Formats: sequence, C-alpha cells, structure tokens
Amino acid sequence: MTIDRTPLIEADDVVLHFPAPGGGPLGLTRRSVKALNGVSLSVKPGETIGLVGESGSGKSTLGRALLGLESVTSGHVAFDGVAVSAKNPRGLKTLRRETATVFQDPMNALNPRLTVGEAIAEVLRVHNKVPGPEVGKRVAELLSLVGLDPALAARRPKALSGGQCQRVGIARALAVEPKLIVADECVAALDVSIQGQIINLFLDLKERMNLTLIFIAHDLSIVRRLCDRVAVMYLGRIVEEGPTEQVFAAPRHPYTAALIQSIPEIDPDIVLPEAPMQGEPPSPLNLPSGCSFHPRCAFAKARCKADPAPTLRRRDGHGWACIFDPGQLPSPATATRLTTTGEHP
Amino acid sequence: MSGAFFEVEDLTVDVATDTGRHVIVDRVSFTLGKGEILGLVGESGSGKTMACRALLKLLPSKRLSIPGGRVRIDGEDVMALPDAGFRTVRGKRIGMIFQNPASHLDPVMRIGEQIAESVRFHHGSSRRAAEARAVELLTQVGIPDPKERSRGFPHEFSGGMRQRAMIALALASDPDILIADEPTTALDVTVQAQILRLLKELRDARGLSIIFITHDLGVVAQLCDRICVLYGGRVCEIGDKRTLLADPRHPYTAGLTGCQPGAGATGSRLKTIPGYPPTIDAMPSGCRFHPRCSNAVDACARLQPPFEDVGQDRRLACHNPVVSELTSVPARGFA
Repeated sequence: MTIDRTPLIEADDVVLHFPAPGGGPLGLTRRSVKALNGVSLSVKPGETIGLVGESGSGKSTLGRALLGLESVTSGHVAFDGVAVSAKNPRGLKTLRRETATVFQDPMNALNPRLTVGEAIAEVLRVHNKVPGPEVGKRVAELLSLVGLDPALAARRPKALSGGQCQRVGIARALAVEPKLIVADECVAALDVSIQGQIINLFLDLKERMNLTLIFIAHDLSIVRRLCDRVAVMYLGRIVEEGPTEQVFAAPRHPYTAALIQSIPEIDPDIVLPEAPMQGEPPSPLNLPSGCSFHPRCAFAKARCKADPAPTLRRRDGHGWACIFDPGQLPSPATATRLTTTGEHP
Repeated sequence: MSGAFFEVEDLTVDVATDTGRHVIVDRVSFTLGKGEILGLVGESGSGKTMACRALLKLLPSKRLSIPGGRVRIDGEDVMALPDAGFRTVRGKRIGMIFQNPASHLDPVMRIGEQIAESVRFHHGSSRRAAEARAVELLTQVGIPDPKERSRGFPHEFSGGMRQRAMIALALASDPDILIADEPTTALDVTVQAQILRLLKELRDARGLSIIFITHDLGVVAQLCDRICVLYGGRVCEIGDKRTLLADPRHPYTAGLTGCQPGAGATGSRLKTIPGYPPTIDAMPSGCRFHPRCSNAVDACARLQPPFEDVGQDRRLACHNPVVSELTSVPARGFA
C-alpha cells in the first residue's frame, strides 16, 4: 500500500559511537560505546515500524539519531529528502517542526508545574500552530482526540494516573501535527489494562491521521499488534527486518527466533524452551568479532566468528543478516511457536 | 503439593495520609503449600507488593501499619512474635528478592562476602565455611566461574547475573519460602526465561515455596501453580493456574486475560478494561472493581462481595461472576 512512495525518513549506513568514560591520562586509551554499527532503515509515509531488541541493542539511540538528537559518527539521515545534520540547520528545523516524540515515563516527561492545558498550549504557541485566541479550543480538541475529558486541562500531572499522563504526552506530540512520531517504550511503564488502551489509541490515530510511527519497544507482542513492519536490532545492527506477520510467523535470523521463543505465553501449554538463549548481550564497548550474535547463537560455525559481520540479505521484502538461509536452521519449533494455539510440538 | 504450611489470613495494611487513614491491603488471605509457586497478580497499586512486605514486617514507611492479620508457618503465628523473635523468621524462613537487585546489594562489598555474611549470621558458620558455602550457592544459581565471580562487586555483574546473585543471597539462610517481587520485570525476555527456569529448578531441587509477584500473566502461566489476583488491595479470585486462566470467573481476571496482546492479527484492536485503577484516597464503595466492571449489578456499588469458596480449590469475591459457558477465553481459546 505504501510501497512506491518515497521514504519519509531514511537512515543510510549510520554509525554512532559515544566516547566511554575514563580512558587514562589525556584519554589516550579511551574506548567507545559502539551504539550503532551501520544501520540502514527507511520508513515510508503512513507506515508503522517497530524497533525491537534487548536493552543495549541501540534501538533508542537509532530513534534519537533519526530525530537529529544525536550527531552520527558516519552515515546519513534524511528527512523528507533533506539531510539532517548539525551542519544543515534548515534540515534540522524542518525535522523539529514535523516530528514529535512520546517518551517512556509519562510522569517525568511532563512539567509538574504546568497544568495539562498549559503543557499542550506551550507546544501550540512555540510552533505557532493556531492563532492565540484559538489555543484553548485546540487544546480541548486534542484532549478529546486522545480520549481524555477536556476538563482535565486544568489539572496538573500529579493529579492524573500514569495512563492519563501518557495520553497527555501523546496529545502534546499530536499538537505539532507531526508527519512522524517516534514513541520510545511509551507503554512499558503502564499497567496491562492501560497498555491496551494506548495501543488502541495509536491504531485509531494511525487510521484517522495516516500517522507515520516509529515504535520502539522491547515487548514483541505489542509490536506485533501495532506495527506493519518490524526491525530487530542486536548490538547496534539490524539483524532482521520485514513485514510483521512474516517476521513473527517465520523468523529468519536465529536471534529473532530465540527472542520470540522467550516470550512467556499466557497459555500454560505453550511452554518456554528447555534451554533458553544463553547469556546476555555482550558489552557494546567490546563487540565480538564477525557476527556479533555468534557467542550466543546455537547454530554458530567457525565462519560466523572469522568472517566480517553478515549484511542484510533480502528476499520478498524480508531481510536478515545471517550466513544461513532460513531453511538451514534446524529449529522447526521456534518459527511456528507464536502461531500455534493448541498443541505444543 | 502437601497441604498449606504457610497461611496468610486477613492481612491488612493501613496508610496514614493527609486525607486520613486508608486501607491499602484489605483482609488478604491465601495459602501456600510446600514446594508450591503462587503468583500474586495485579496492577500497580493493587497492594501486591505491600502485602508481601507486610508478611516480612518490612513496611517502607512509618505511615504504614498492620492493624490486623495472621501469618502462620507450620501452624505457628509468626506475626504475634516480638520483633527480636521475628528476625528468625525474616530472612531465615522467608527470603525475599526484588525487582532491582542493584539497589538491594551492597555496592562496596564483594558478592561472595555479602552471601557469606548472611550464611554466618543465620548459621553461625566459620568464615572459611561461609565463603565456601557462598561459592556453592553461586554455582547453584548458575553463575559461571563462581569462585572467581564471588570476588567481584555488584557493578561488575550484568543485570541477569545480579539477579542470580541476589537469589543466592536469599538462599544463604536456607529459607522455606521465597518472596520474589517482580524479579524479572527489569530484565530482557531472554534473560527472564533463564531466571524463570532457575526458580523452577530451585523449587524442584529444594522444595522451595515461592510467592511470585508480577503483573505479567505470561510469566504466571509459565511459572506458577496457583494464582491469586488482587485489585484495589483485595483478593478478587484465587485458584489453580489452569482453571483460572482458561475459565476466569471474576470479571477483572477475565479482563486481564483478555487484554494480553499475545495473539491477534496486526492492526486488530486489543480488548481493554475501561477506566483507570483507583487511587488509595478514592477507593470505590462496595466491590472496588465495580466502576470498571461490565458485569456490575446494583449490589456491587453497595456491598463488598464476600470471599467465598466456589469449589475446585477456588475462591472468588464477586456478586455477578462471569458465567463459565460464556467465557469465550479471550484471544486464545485454549481449554
């Protein structure tokens, strides 16, 4: 449906390394945190893409780099065809006017001293979205759009629940009338019963406003519900990327398969694996050689360690970065686990 | 599962605030058998953490008090013990692990020493024996190179390893019961799966009974034997995991199982529970869930439903429970 359109935002081979603290006298031995190691991603207008991965995989850093909040070490980010970088203030300005972020912790993302109405009005004024006298009306509109009683405009964040605060956060993001929203773990801090409400709100907004959404989450089942496409990240690289249903039904990268398999299902008959994925992601200070997943991979061969990291291969719009073809991985159970309902294989 | 050796009866916790005294844990009762894993499920503010802290008399603020309730281990009411006597219960008979191990481990003490300290306190072992025991415990919780790692500091451990170290610390006193307060919530799913497996192994190997506090029904389904659902400081429903998940009778339990994002096509709407959980200073009258309940009848707003036995080792507090046949088990349909 959105295949032919030009991308709204595009990252091309983005590398982002942060200097690590310490490093001896004069910082001579300073190491760097290798947060992003060659990420390419393009998002088309109207598309919802989920970025998933374990903590430290670089999904939040990628979100920040796309928004121009971090300057990239190498590579390019372009928004609406215009390069985004510190050297191009015009590009940055357009980006800031047309994008918005929804943060993880709704309570902390709002100014405790401003009422909800003031917090939203602030955005409208800064961006000159509506003439002064109409600000109040627009605030009320935005609050009803996110399913809140406009009367709440007079309250301060402290008097609201977490779910209500997150709705205010979304209203603030929508106030910019953004072309792109980046939502970073925006339901992780909410109770399950409220999570569903927020996900449904995003689904509604997506349909009504043709919103482009980059949804960063560690919860795969939520991404599966909400996103058209999903990109799985591991240690600063995209290891798999494709249409959500395809990725979940038949993951091609062993990491994706293991990640999906680790989700505890509410059906007690779908049991967690006998031997869950071993270990934890290595430190991004010190990346493993070759494919960075090889130390935890159940199928790793000598080549995985020796050869340079595999690049994303594509087939039917579904890319994966592994030297194996999907059929070669001897793990029939992993691929089908999320789709089976009754019997366990 | 031999009979209940751990019983909690009418446990109540009050909080004194500027707006008066509020009951945040209201007559919570449950039992735990030897080697059983009980899941304590509820949203934030449901009182699940407070109830467990009260069991250990570990309330985090002076504003909180325990006006009533009995906690029996092997028939002995430990709540009635004086503070000095209670110290032989806390830690020794009931261990506890927390969501954020980093803030519950001493950052300037080596992991092995912390564990050895507990071994010496509870068992009076010699320094050398305690250190050997610490290494043994680290081995049991699956820390690689335990001897080497016991000399490490908490900041040198990754999140999952820290949680393992905290489990080792809780086991140092050889407790019968382990209270685990959202121990996997801050961990990645892959590491969570490892910790869940470890807890199951410890249960099988040592006959450890576990109270597992969580808001994640998936974790409960995988780990627990029985489930106790809390809402607004009260128990809604308690029963065997399989019957409770497949056939929830309390509308809140049914709502929770329904709003799991697990299955369902991309773009399809999630079922939700309307409204928001109550705050402690504005608890609804009658059944505390009634303003959000689709099954609510007149009585719900006026009368607190009694907590009754409904057969099959199940107890329920609801005036108008979900009817079994109509329980289209939301989203999945497993029987």
